[in-house]
Amino acid sequence: MSVAEIAPPATAPARVIRQAPPVHTEPPAVRIAIITVALVFLGLVIGLPLVSVFVQAFAKGWQTYVAALVDPDALAAIRLTLIVAAISVGLNLVFGLVASWAIAKFEFTGKSFLITLIDLPFSVSPVVAGLVFVLLFGSQGLIGPFLQANDIKIVFALPGIVLATVFVTFPFVARELIPLMQEQGTSEEEAAISLGASGLSTFFRVTLPNVKWALLYGVLLCNARAMGEFGAVSVVSGHIRGLTNTMPLQIEILYNEYQFAASFAVASLLALLALVTLCAKTILEKRLTREH
Amino acid sequence: MTIDVVGVSKRFKSFNALDNVSLHVRSGELVALLGPSGSGKTTLLRIIAGLDWPDAGEVRFDGEDALARTVRDRNVGFVFQHYALFRHLSVFENVAFGLRVRTGKDKVPDAAIRARVSELLELVQIDWLADRYPGQLSGGQRQRVALARALAISPRVLLLDEPFGALDAKVRKELRRWLRHLHEELPVTSLLVTHDQEEALELADRVVVMGHGRIEQVGTPAEVYENPATAFVHDFIGETLALPAEVRAGRLYAGDRPLALDSQGTADGPARLLARPHDVDFADPGDAPFAGRVLAVRTFGPVRRADIEIAGRDGPVVVEAAVPLQQDLATGGLIGLLPRKYRVFAASA
Amino acid sequence: MGHGSVTAGRQSISFRRRSVIPGFGLTFGLTVTWLSLIVLIPLAALVLKTTELSFERFVAIVTAPRTLHALAVSFGISFAAALVNAVFGTLVMWALVRYDFPGRRLVDAIVDVPFALPTAVAGIALTALYAENGWIGSLLAPLGIKVAFTPLGILVALVFVGLPFVVRTVQPVLADLDKQYEEAAASLGASRGQTIWRVVLPTIWPALLTGFALAFARGIGEYGSVIFIAGNMPNVSEIAPLLIVVRLEEFRYADATAIAVVMLATSFILLFIINRLQQWTERRTTER
Repeated sequence: MSVAEIAPPATAPARVIRQAPPVHTEPPAVRIAIITVALVFLGLVIGLPLVSVFVQAFAKGWQTYVAALVDPDALAAIRLTLIVAAISVGLNLVFGLVASWAIAKFEFTGKSFLITLIDLPFSVSPVVAGLVFVLLFGSQGLIGPFLQANDIKIVFALPGIVLATVFVTFPFVARELIPLMQEQGTSEEEAAISLGASGLSTFFRVTLPNVKWALLYGVLLCNARAMGEFGAVSVVSGHIRGLTNTMPLQIEILYNEYQFAASFAVASLLALLALVTLCAKTILEKRLTREH
Repeated sequence: MTIDVVGVSKRFKSFNALDNVSLHVRSGELVALLGPSGSGKTTLLRIIAGLDWPDAGEVRFDGEDALARTVRDRNVGFVFQHYALFRHLSVFENVAFGLRVRTGKDKVPDAAIRARVSELLELVQIDWLADRYPGQLSGGQRQRVALARALAISPRVLLLDEPFGALDAKVRKELRRWLRHLHEELPVTSLLVTHDQEEALELADRVVVMGHGRIEQVGTPAEVYENPATAFVHDFIGETLALPAEVRAGRLYAGDRPLALDSQGTADGPARLLARPHDVDFADPGDAPFAGRVLAVRTFGPVRRADIEIAGRDGPVVVEAAVPLQQDLATGGLIGLLPRKYRVFAASA
Repeated sequence: MGHGSVTAGRQSISFRRRSVIPGFGLTFGLTVTWLSLIVLIPLAALVLKTTELSFERFVAIVTAPRTLHALAVSFGISFAAALVNAVFGTLVMWALVRYDFPGRRLVDAIVDVPFALPTAVAGIALTALYAENGWIGSLLAPLGIKVAFTPLGILVALVFVGLPFVVRTVQPVLADLDKQYEEAAASLGASRGQTIWRVVLPTIWPALLTGFALAFARGIGEYGSVIFIAGNMPNVSEIAPLLIVVRLEEFRYADATAIAVVMLATSFILLFIINRLQQWTERRTTER
């Protein structure tokens, strides 16, 4: 910029701030175009479906909505979903803590292979996940005859649903904890132990407080997936109404029976859970940046 | 308490971290382990603390086998390089930690913990920070918390890993003086790891110079500086002017010219003559054992340095010499170098 | 613990480095045991079950027209959906990282909806929207475009589930990209377009490829959101996971198993590729 440009001309307003076009952004027109395309795309693919769940749920009015939710089969599905989620989240919580302790606090060969194995269920189709348990425990399965002889029901019953759910939600807690604990290193634990703390006391007084938000984050995501799992559970549940139907399965049945409003009513509960999970996730992410 | 390290070796994969190291630390002494990174000093400190294990050798506290004890009951105060303060606990609770985790018959009553922590925070002069969290402290303050936390368990020995490594130069000097003072008040046997020679020489009663997993020399700061036992120590501590030479039949040569200097019993072969720059005088090129061409002269404040190119066995060698301010030195001219005080070492060492 | 100097030497040949932190044996043992019980043994059972089939039988099942169609639909449409997401996901990500606009934080949160919304819910919602009497479907019907109950519907569903994979993989890389590089390019005379093409895109490329692969892998295995909107016509809009379920309901376990093994094998290959891509991304981003 030359001196002449900087000096304000006599007739101009007292202050003219001249700015070179910024080098790291696009012209306004391009910017607006990109934002518009992004918003329209998100609206069509994500926004509208989400809104339509609630609109469809109330399409036949409040009474239908409430009636759909207090229906005995719906209530049974809600109950089963809560039980399955509680068990599988609990198991994965303990597993996540145990696995991340072993992986993050020690050096051993084959560590990255172990992490890959823990992540494996993410890349297996839910249907395949359900199928493997049918092949193991079903009447035609590898140990099916043994189970039948001893009158143990796994497939088409609660244990099968829990197993399939644990499988698909397996990595959630562990994968949140492992990178954080690896990043935090071992010096705080070494300090605690050198000050005379026992292993357990080190875990509860030092390690756990340092990862509590990440743990909660993992549990939250794990829970959302556990409650919403469809494919894997669908394969192992046998769709017995009032007995082995979880909420997603109940949605399918109602939908296939053309009871759309009732179907969307149940769906709206799960959509609400998803929204609550996302809100909590956004809040937790802020806390998490502090843990890092 | 005394510490004895006897024949300790430690390998990491193919890397020899410690190679048959032995060391005796007297009761109440402050000893610095000094060496470049990779010299094994931190590994040795961690083995003494019980945070690592040797592949071979012994560690004794007051003559008693320390390796048989875990770090938990070795009763050592360890100050970590990056302090390892518990980030979710206040300063007060950080210092109290070692007392709080005592259970059963060793349980410390709350009142006693409060009294002890307050006393320690006062000792390290940060009692006013008791309710802060580590994230809210400056580097120097964290350092003091780490020290108070280590002292809270009344350790038999205090081990400090690069305690001032993460601080800026000014705070570092201040804390160094303060630590020396603290050690005089509380004469706990202390071992300090550092790569900073100034820190080691100023702070320690004795300095252990380490290189390549071995102890090169143990001595008081003056001994280590004035009488380096090996070329490594000479190079590592203080400034060194290295002149290429050769020993033939017990006599020292520069090229084909025999020198009127003592070979100090160095074995025949290529050698290096090491001297402190201020122990090398300038002389007429004809009268001095070494002569070279002046490449450049720099002056900063009271210090003047000259780059001088000397013919060596494998081509020219440039050395940096200290020039007295009154000395006239023309760039491009020839000048002689006359070491007054020097050591001769075989070149391979 | 409590090893003396006598046993210390033994540790150097062990598969892990000795540590003062206790509990390795217990936690490592539990981890491997639980992992084996829940994941490895069941997956092994699938492979074991396949070996009961003769090779000819296996080939016959996998190369049956209906199976081939289902696999082609799953792979082909997943690939197309991943492509759509690579393009639009990049635009979305770019807008979120580089521009400020009202509601940006909300939009950013909405990107995660497909992660959190159960697939069955997404499935019925998308179907209701894109059916001929739906909000969007009724707009498209006069143009002769049918989405629901056609392969196009599958594409919409897979775009939905795959989008966050692309956005969330690339977003942090672009956010961490120092403005200096673009300033340097501009100072050397590059136009904005050249800067993006020659400096920014090559930097985010590995992450974009990773996101693409993740979305692709997810699409192949996806079931819940697809089956409602797909119409599920054999040889037209039937996806491989559905065919597994169909065969299972017909008690044709051998068929179900064989298709599942093919899908599992592809997941492993994709997982391997994704792992490599992620390592590449990390190297690219830590070098600077």
